[in-house]
Amino acid sequence: MAEALIEIDDLCAWYGPSQALHGIHLEVLRGEIVTLLGRNGAGKSTLLKSVMGIVPRRSGSIRLAGRELIDLAPHQIGRAGVAYCPDDRGIYATLTVRENLLLPPVVAAGGLSEAELMGLFPNLATRARSAGTQLSGGEQQMLAIARILRTGARVLLLDEPTEGLAPVIVDRIGELLAQLKQRGYTIVLVEQNLHFAAELADRHYLVETGRVVDEYDRAALASNMEQVAARLGV
Amino acid sequence: MKATASSNIALRAVLAMVVVALVLVPWLPQLVYPVFVMKLLCMALFACAYNLLLGFGGIMSFGHAAFFGSAAYLTGLAVKHAGLTPELGILAGALGAAVLGLVIGSLAIRRQGIYLAMITLALAQMVYFIFLQLPFTGAEDGMQQLPRGHLFGLIDLRNDTAMYYLVLVLTLGGMALIHRVVHSPFGHVVMAIREHEPRARSLGYPVERYKLMLFVLSAALSGLAGSLKALVFQLAALSDVHWHLSGDVVLMALLGGMQTVLGPAIGAAIVMGLQHYLDAFGAWVTLITGVIFMVCVMSFRGGVAGALASRFNRPAADAPTSNS
Amino acid sequence: MIEIFGMPLSVIAGQTMLGLVNGCFYAVLSLGLALIFGLLRIVNFAHGAFFMAGAFGAWMLLRFVGIGYWWSLLLVPLLVGLVGALFERTLLSRLRGLDPIYGLLLTFGLVLVLEGGFRLLFGSSGQPYPVPNALKGTLQLGFMVLPVYRAWVIAAALAACALSWWLIERTPLGAQLRAATEKDALTQSFGINVPRLLTLTYGAGIALAAFTGVLAAPILHVNPSMGSDLVIVVFAIVVIGGMGSMFGSIVTALAIGVIEGWTKVFYSEASSTIIFVLMALVLLLRPRGLFGREGTA
Repeated sequence: MAEALIEIDDLCAWYGPSQALHGIHLEVLRGEIVTLLGRNGAGKSTLLKSVMGIVPRRSGSIRLAGRELIDLAPHQIGRAGVAYCPDDRGIYATLTVRENLLLPPVVAAGGLSEAELMGLFPNLATRARSAGTQLSGGEQQMLAIARILRTGARVLLLDEPTEGLAPVIVDRIGELLAQLKQRGYTIVLVEQNLHFAAELADRHYLVETGRVVDEYDRAALASNMEQVAARLGV
Repeated sequence: MKATASSNIALRAVLAMVVVALVLVPWLPQLVYPVFVMKLLCMALFACAYNLLLGFGGIMSFGHAAFFGSAAYLTGLAVKHAGLTPELGILAGALGAAVLGLVIGSLAIRRQGIYLAMITLALAQMVYFIFLQLPFTGAEDGMQQLPRGHLFGLIDLRNDTAMYYLVLVLTLGGMALIHRVVHSPFGHVVMAIREHEPRARSLGYPVERYKLMLFVLSAALSGLAGSLKALVFQLAALSDVHWHLSGDVVLMALLGGMQTVLGPAIGAAIVMGLQHYLDAFGAWVTLITGVIFMVCVMSFRGGVAGALASRFNRPAADAPTSNS
Repeated sequence: MIEIFGMPLSVIAGQTMLGLVNGCFYAVLSLGLALIFGLLRIVNFAHGAFFMAGAFGAWMLLRFVGIGYWWSLLLVPLLVGLVGALFERTLLSRLRGLDPIYGLLLTFGLVLVLEGGFRLLFGSSGQPYPVPNALKGTLQLGFMVLPVYRAWVIAAALAACALSWWLIERTPLGAQLRAATEKDALTQSFGINVPRLLTLTYGAGIALAAFTGVLAAPILHVNPSMGSDLVIVVFAIVVIGGMGSMFGSIVTALAIGVIEGWTKVFYSEASSTIIFVLMALVLLLRPRGLFGREGTA
């Protein structure tokens, strides 16, 4: 029986005076893939950012393997083995592709080496000297995932990794994530692509206006696809 | 500033008492030195004029000594070398400062925020160097023995009491003018620009022109203060155009409170008092002024920061401020 | 004798050289200023004061401890840089996220403290500092005579600029710096201690200023106000060149130094104000600055 790796209790978050999260409760078991589903503006991205500590203000409890993260600075959370991939991919224009890849420091053993990553993503090898933002959208997404795989972090927070990408690339990413799960990574995914989420993830949380309103496991989602799709306004 | 009716009355009462006390100063030389009060009044006017731009307009200038000092020199030129009567000398000084304000202002408002501050600092430094090199300014010694002359050809200003009342009337008048401007339609537009410049622009207000007018007004009144000071001490010196003075006036505004018309006057009193007290200790003045400056900034960022933030962190416009 | 516009070539060449030396001072200082502004978004008015502290540091080491020029070049930037880093850690860092005006004001206060302090200790008049023996003398170049020390200053300053450029553009540490400048929060989320990076950067910028101060000690009179006059000029240069690019800052600074030198030859009264006139021109014609990348404020 897998234990809870991430436990979030009563998480609230604010951007200035406006409150974005109103007491989130959820948990993620070790080795799971969990997706956060919801409409635009529901607070999914904010949730991931809150775990990383990069929202202006948050309260509540976020425990990683029992260790409280709520009071930690973002760089300490990164060091604790959590890696984050923002929805805009976060590729640096002032760094080359290779510098982008090597920027995140290794925080734990077991990450992929630069050579392995270049093998997995050959495009990155050929474009190593270009500025990061000269890559195509799909390539940037690969780069964003590749660089956090190098760090050895075992918890990945991915915000809309398939957005705006061609179906071929979406499939590749899906395969990659499935492989990572085999290797024991724990992944929290924000996804608009319901089909993609349903194929890949073990459980799903439905987020609406800053609250978790529903939870589905694989089977439950499969049998309720249409209702959920309707709630997402898809 | 929200004030209940009773606190408003209390405020006015305090103000009235201060004015009465100021009027009585020449009759009580044992209590307080009239020349010191005159200097204080000049500085108070200078600080309030400066705050017109900073606290009210949200524009931080770091070179206001240029206006103060150039007016002092111009007045000196007028009364000493051209033999004009003091009221003409003061007029010359204030007008000169206004023109300088027009020139410097029109250049400075092409940028915003820190760039604007740096530009004013640099241009004021240029003014400093110009005055350093001009023959009639007497360089490090300054323009000395400026004749106070006869006001309107009638009143001998060598009489300290007469001089005092002239200074009192003009400085109080200047501060009253600032108060009027702040509460005028012009003032309302300035506030709108400060709160949300893009919106003011989209409503059709010629934003640059308003900023420039405010600049010129602030410069002119600063010049008035400088002219008066030159006549009081009968001296126009390089220290009147030095960036230390520019920094002093920023400190006065910060210390005294930027949100009110008269706050800076209190700041002026504090800074003047401090410098007067520490004068015997030479370089300690600079050091302690610096410490106070730093303490102010560190402690204000919390409380006043909210008010300051709404003045400086305006939503940035996408286009440069100067439109072709 | 060759003459240009009525001036002997040797005079022009000599002034060009002097101008280049000044330009080098401006360049290293602009570099430090741009570095600090780029990452910390702070306009460091205290840059000139730390330059002055560097010069005084060299003088004090010689006068009180008997440590000479070459060791000073190493020790003084280190010590002063440490003071700078401490200042950033304890005070400046608390202003992060606020409008850059606060940083300008705080560092302005620091200038008064530093200048007042040094004036208290050593008075206002300049202290002489000897040119190190190895660098005394002049080089005969045919068309002009070049003091060895000044050639050294140019070489050292350009080397410092080159080293800084290499550190920022070609090393992993530099990559972290550039990344933190571009996206602060994301860079932190990778586990990079950005606040510590900022402290380090500020300290490095200050060390650069102090290094320039040691270089300047034998040339300029070591006095408490030598820094602020310089830093206001550097501000003007930075407005002209735009603070977006390191390269732009350096090029502008060198050019301004040379122009200032030429002005001294042909129209010496204007030499102290020419820079500000140029700044006014740039503001009229190209407000963003020659190499400016950012938007308005």
